[in-house]
Amino acid sequence: MKKSGGILLFILVLAIVGPWLSPHEYQDTNFGEIFNAPSFAGMHFFGTDDLGRDLFVRTMLGIRITLLVAVVASVVSLLIGVTYGAVAGYVGGRVDAVMMRFVDTLYALPFIFFVILLMVAFERNFLLIFIAIGAINWLDMARIVRGQTLSLREREFVDAARLTGVSTARIIFRHIAPNLLGIVVVYVTLTIPQAILVESFLSFLGLGIQEPQTSLGSLVDGGVNQMEGAAWMLLIPAALLALILMCCNFLGDALRDFFDARKAP
Amino acid sequence: MSLLEVNDLTVRYGDSAVVDSVSFVVNRGESVGIVGESGSGKSQTALSILGLLPGNATVTGSIRFDGQELADKTDQQLDAIRAMSIGIVFQDPMQALNPYLRVGQQLRQILLQHELANGAEADEKVKKMLGRVGLPDPERQFHAFPHELSGGMRQRVMIASAIICEPDLLIADEPTTALDVTVQAQILDLLEELRDDTALLLITHDLGIVAGRCERLLVFDGGRLVESGATTSIFSSPENAHTEKLLAAALRTDRGEIRAAANGKTVLGVDNASVSYRDKSKERLVAVTDVSLSLREAETLAIVGESGSGKSSLVRGLLGLIPMRAGRVVYAGESLEGPVQFRSAAQRRDLQLIFQDPASALNPQMRVQTIVGEPLLVHEAAMSADARKESVASILNKVGLDESYLRRFPHQLSGGQAQRVAIARALILEPRILICDEAVAALDGSVREQVLELLNDVQRDTGLSIIFISHDLAVVRSVSHRVAVMYLGQLVEVAETASLFSRPRHPYTRALIDASPIPDPRVAPASAPLKGEVPSLLTPPTGCVFHPRCVFAQEDCSKKQPGLRRFGGSRVSCHRADELEL
Repeated sequence: MKKSGGILLFILVLAIVGPWLSPHEYQDTNFGEIFNAPSFAGMHFFGTDDLGRDLFVRTMLGIRITLLVAVVASVVSLLIGVTYGAVAGYVGGRVDAVMMRFVDTLYALPFIFFVILLMVAFERNFLLIFIAIGAINWLDMARIVRGQTLSLREREFVDAARLTGVSTARIIFRHIAPNLLGIVVVYVTLTIPQAILVESFLSFLGLGIQEPQTSLGSLVDGGVNQMEGAAWMLLIPAALLALILMCCNFLGDALRDFFDARKAP
Repeated sequence: MSLLEVNDLTVRYGDSAVVDSVSFVVNRGESVGIVGESGSGKSQTALSILGLLPGNATVTGSIRFDGQELADKTDQQLDAIRAMSIGIVFQDPMQALNPYLRVGQQLRQILLQHELANGAEADEKVKKMLGRVGLPDPERQFHAFPHELSGGMRQRVMIASAIICEPDLLIADEPTTALDVTVQAQILDLLEELRDDTALLLITHDLGIVAGRCERLLVFDGGRLVESGATTSIFSSPENAHTEKLLAAALRTDRGEIRAAANGKTVLGVDNASVSYRDKSKERLVAVTDVSLSLREAETLAIVGESGSGKSSLVRGLLGLIPMRAGRVVYAGESLEGPVQFRSAAQRRDLQLIFQDPASALNPQMRVQTIVGEPLLVHEAAMSADARKESVASILNKVGLDESYLRRFPHQLSGGQAQRVAIARALILEPRILICDEAVAALDGSVREQVLELLNDVQRDTGLSIIFISHDLAVVRSVSHRVAVMYLGQLVEVAETASLFSRPRHPYTRALIDASPIPDPRVAPASAPLKGEVPSLLTPPTGCVFHPRCVFAQEDCSKKQPGLRRFGGSRVSCHRADELEL
């Protein structure tokens, strides 16, 4: 946990501070220096791309945006999903049935269609991508949380709280939600990589991050096209993406063990 | 040569020894009881004999079975010995049986695996064995899945699988703990009957079970064997202080304590209460039918009955945790309506419940301080955080826990401590009525005594009324003023404790009393007083619900419902209550 957390933190700090250490700007093109291999001489640590832009700075920018998209999308899905699922599961009965049928209906909407609709209806911006990704992920989260809540609801400490007269809101947020933590943490560590992948997919279709802004996903896409001549364009962002995903997974595992340890006798 | 010789056995997990230099022998054909509280190392000892301890356990010492050293054996050799010579019956047969295999298949596999029989011969043998362990209609049960059987029947299947290879040693680890008293008596009888010349190692926390059934006893405490000897001599003159403590807890009926007399004022009345559920196929299942009871001030009213008798459904209904289909609950002159969240704060505050399993009744993510303080947060919203903390500390103190427990999480508490925390939470609002739903069933003997003592003190000091649900008649006898006996959702007898035990008027009451084990080796255990098991609530018997299992049943009993009638101070629901001498 310490190692993967440390690596993630290091990457994050680098992504924030890195661009200042470089003399180059992420959007500056330089046609005299296209496809430069990584070197310290020209201060192009990660080389340059087909337009001569410095890849180090672009990669750092990509990490920022990728992590931002992932974290914000996960937080959005966490907040909506946990609240929605816990309420549906705890209240039960007709409310549950109506709420979950709504989820089923949203499931039935094709995701791409939904995103394209959003993009057409509103101006294309960052926020919208977060919302689109979060809006997809919370459906899974709501289902998982609802299932857990159904079984937690039968536990006797919930009955004890009801007998005392604890309000329904407090039961859901103070009694049920903390006990969902283990499974929610695991699921969030799965949504972060998923959100990263969805984001790069959208960028590839031209629906996501727009040039000259970039993300790890679009960098990898760009790299794929040039991988015969300039392998670094693919390898460096792909390796960083893999490293981030792995760290997220390990961190999630460790966090789950940490929360479980409390329950173990 | 002894059948089993255990010498200097030590089981360690890391640095802590859970079994510490234990030595004992079991002779051929002998029945030996291992008794001790939870955590005393009795199950670990049994598992080490079987070689079933988890991989992180280190076992030292020697275990010789039939002259062979088991510690040196490879897993494969152990498998052969386990299967052929040692049988095991676990506590929970649902865990021990494979839910995806039919009962017959599971038993058949044992025979095939060890090449004791094959094909049709194996089927035949399995069916015979199912018949021997008392499964009605072995032909049909052969094809049943474990979940289609009742707990008692499953335990019979487990016993069948343990003895089908005709072992020399049968180890039974708390074989009846998960079962009702009446079924417990049947299973113990069965073990005794099938044993013949097989040696039996019976592991239990209940001295009543071993008293009349085991020749010798081994008493465990904290991983050590503290006393061993003939059962009779251990009961009559225990040498070890811990054995004395266990015995004292088991013989609690002799406490001879004078209990505060209940005064006459009724605080809670239940009129014609009925509770029903719908099962998955939407069929109505009536758990409680037309029950009327009253609870007086400072009185302890016990509700007893086998599982499925509706005792928990009744109190959950009256508390408003589940809806009641019919009937009325009157508290302090007011009718308690609807689910608990619609009742007034005062009503909620005055009725509190203590659950059976403290581990499940305390939120694992909250500290003791928050758990116990929460009722104050709800009902005394104006109270400052400091004042709240103070009153939490003082109530914890009252239940025997000091301030160091405030910051703990439930998993850092023992079963007894957790139950105290649950009691503290129930008592912090100073309720008028406390409902204990099997509140001491999960606790060890000595801890149970302390908890009962605590409830008794509170009742004496504050005039608390208690509804005490239990299946353990010995406990009921020592704590309650009146007893209500329930069977299949109906009240069959209500009487003062003393008169209920000295002169039960309903055959079911008599059977329950006879079924509870007597912790006295001089009394030969009576054979199981009730045959069969509780019928399904979906298809309750006609007439008197008890008639299919009643030895006194007459023709009329299956046709007419008896209804409760008065006999002196008791109310009894039996056609023959006036003529039977029970």
